[in-house]
Amino acid sequence: MHANPALTEASPKIQGARTISGWGRYPRAASEILVADAPETLPALLRGRRGVIARGAGRAYGDAAVGQRTTCLTGALDRLRSFDPATGRLRAEAGVMLADIVRTFLPRGFFPPVVPGTQFVTLGGMIASDVHGKNHHREGGFGTHVEALTLLTPDGVPRPCSREQNPDLFAMTLGGMGLTGTILDATFRLRPVESGWIDQQTRVAADLSAMLRALDEDDAATYSVAWIDCLARGSALGRGLVYRGEHAGRQTCRAAGRDLFPIPARGWLTVPPGLPGWTLNRASVTAFNATYFRRGAAADASALVPWQSYFFPLDGLAAWNRLYGARGFVQHQCVVPRRGAEAVLSEMLDRVARLGTASPLAVLKRLGSGGGWLSFPMEGYTLALDLPATAATLALLDELDRSVVAAGGRLYLAKDARQSRDTFEAGYPALPAFRDLRRQLGADGVLASRLSARLGL
Amino acid sequence: MSGTLLLVGATSDIGHAVAARYAEAGWRILLAARDPERAQRNADDLEARHRAEVALLRLDIFESERFAAWLDGLPVLPDTVVCAVGELGDQGRAEADPAHAEQVLRTNFLGPSLLLGLVAERFAARGSGTIVGISSVAGDRGRGSNYVYGAGKAGFTAFLSGLRNRLTKSGVRVVTVKPGFVRTRMTRGLRLPPLLTAEPSEVGQAVYAAAQGRGSDVVYVRRVWRLVMTVIGAIPEPVFKRLSL
Repeated sequence: MHANPALTEASPKIQGARTISGWGRYPRAASEILVADAPETLPALLRGRRGVIARGAGRAYGDAAVGQRTTCLTGALDRLRSFDPATGRLRAEAGVMLADIVRTFLPRGFFPPVVPGTQFVTLGGMIASDVHGKNHHREGGFGTHVEALTLLTPDGVPRPCSREQNPDLFAMTLGGMGLTGTILDATFRLRPVESGWIDQQTRVAADLSAMLRALDEDDAATYSVAWIDCLARGSALGRGLVYRGEHAGRQTCRAAGRDLFPIPARGWLTVPPGLPGWTLNRASVTAFNATYFRRGAAADASALVPWQSYFFPLDGLAAWNRLYGARGFVQHQCVVPRRGAEAVLSEMLDRVARLGTASPLAVLKRLGSGGGWLSFPMEGYTLALDLPATAATLALLDELDRSVVAAGGRLYLAKDARQSRDTFEAGYPALPAFRDLRRQLGADGVLASRLSARLGL
Repeated sequence: MSGTLLLVGATSDIGHAVAARYAEAGWRILLAARDPERAQRNADDLEARHRAEVALLRLDIFESERFAAWLDGLPVLPDTVVCAVGELGDQGRAEADPAHAEQVLRTNFLGPSLLLGLVAERFAARGSGTIVGISSVAGDRGRGSNYVYGAGKAGFTAFLSGLRNRLTKSGVRVVTVKPGFVRTRMTRGLRLPPLLTAEPSEVGQAVYAAAQGRGSDVVYVRRVWRLVMTVIGAIPEPVFKRLSL
């Protein structure tokens, strides 16, 4: 082991307390930091500790990957263990980045079955959050595609889990927010693709009901996602663009004169630190949204776009979370059942538009059902809004939560920094069973994040 | 050109990054580790990621009496040997516990030097080969906070320098690499001085480039380290001894 001179004092694996946060940079909290260096040394590292949570890439927005007392960085568990090109089956350690998987396997004609909106997440994080993609209506969440995983339970024993082996533990770990154990590795299948291009169809929706209709029409599409102009009000409320996507075939790419597997462009931008909180204000966001909408509406409805701009448009802007300044931001992502969705979504969009502190990013998608005990998706529509973490927006979000709960919906734990215990309990009916099994596992109090402590999970 | 790489110290993150760079270039990889079971994940990674041909071998860097037979028993005499064996140890403990200090010195200096010395014999007889030793900036000048480790690395650096001097006319290349701070994946999310901190993949690339003849004989992975160590080396001892470093 070539030890790192920067980590010389005391033990190289234990760092002192630090102030950390999620991607939204709100809230911030002090936590002891542990650094996992190999799967086999993790049990000794965690032994006897309480209030510990694993942290992969730290891309959960709120406090899900901030330990109640201790946070264990799992990024060193980043080895691929096996790949079978005949089936696409990949076994990899939990700290492997999705970006790494795509970069390695896309040129060989394989793509992950489900990807979230950023590729800078780890495999373990994708499972713990049971992330969904733009294909949830057809493919379910990432957890649906996990065939097996190894879970280091609080007793220090690595346990194989699958639908056949320890099936309850497996189901509660998909979307279990790291609260059942530390995921060491997982096995899932990549799907074969003929190219790295997405055949994208853009449609304009003039208002919310047109938008919901357009998303419903995409039932048969592989991918579908909508962007909403959050500042549009009145008859234009809920207007936006719907992007349908299919993996482009070899013939299509060749006919268009494209390399089958485009190499991602370098020279991406980085948002500098220290931007003032008013960088995103009503005027700048209105201008951005209006331009974006006009361009989208005028653009060729059909285009071949590279994988990274279809799936991960914001990844090109490194550290974009700094756009909201030092106060940080929150992402409010809810799902509401289809019945009655239009009324509640329109009420939410209207209130956000009137607040005026808008979100350049409002994303609407269809979700299907299924997943683990605490998985977020349910049959319905999911709306995600980014808002600065100010007193006014936080107060508004409390009110929006009431509408979500009344509509039978819930909030996504991977994004959450502030929902109340009542909101949470109303949205997750499997919660009592999850708590029971956590007690039986001896995980209660041993594995705990700021999020789990806040929500009594 | 691709050939066979022998990486000694196969559980090291830096060593793994070096092996990955060679695997990417299509080299066959021999991994040597004291505990092959712990190195299995690295071997798997090279196979899954780069479709490399990998063999995993047991070698204890303390068993110098076995080195010659071990080298002669390899499936093939490698084209390049990289030694990434190293152990920081615990300086405080090493001050009072000679057994620990001895272990640190053996791991960083004696074992690697003796092994590479025997590799050099075989390369010289063949008339070709490249030897890369991963040493450390800590060996450039002894500091109160890590001088046992530093002394080991200083010895290793001197050994490599002598080997290079002796073999330069016999077609054997000897490269000394001083990584400086490295952001091993272990340290992701922690603050290291960004200008002085290399990614493991940079170390892998630096080793590969130097070994393939496109770099200098003594490589500071981040060039700023050469400057830093020149400055540190130039501080007069009466001043240096009072600094807390």
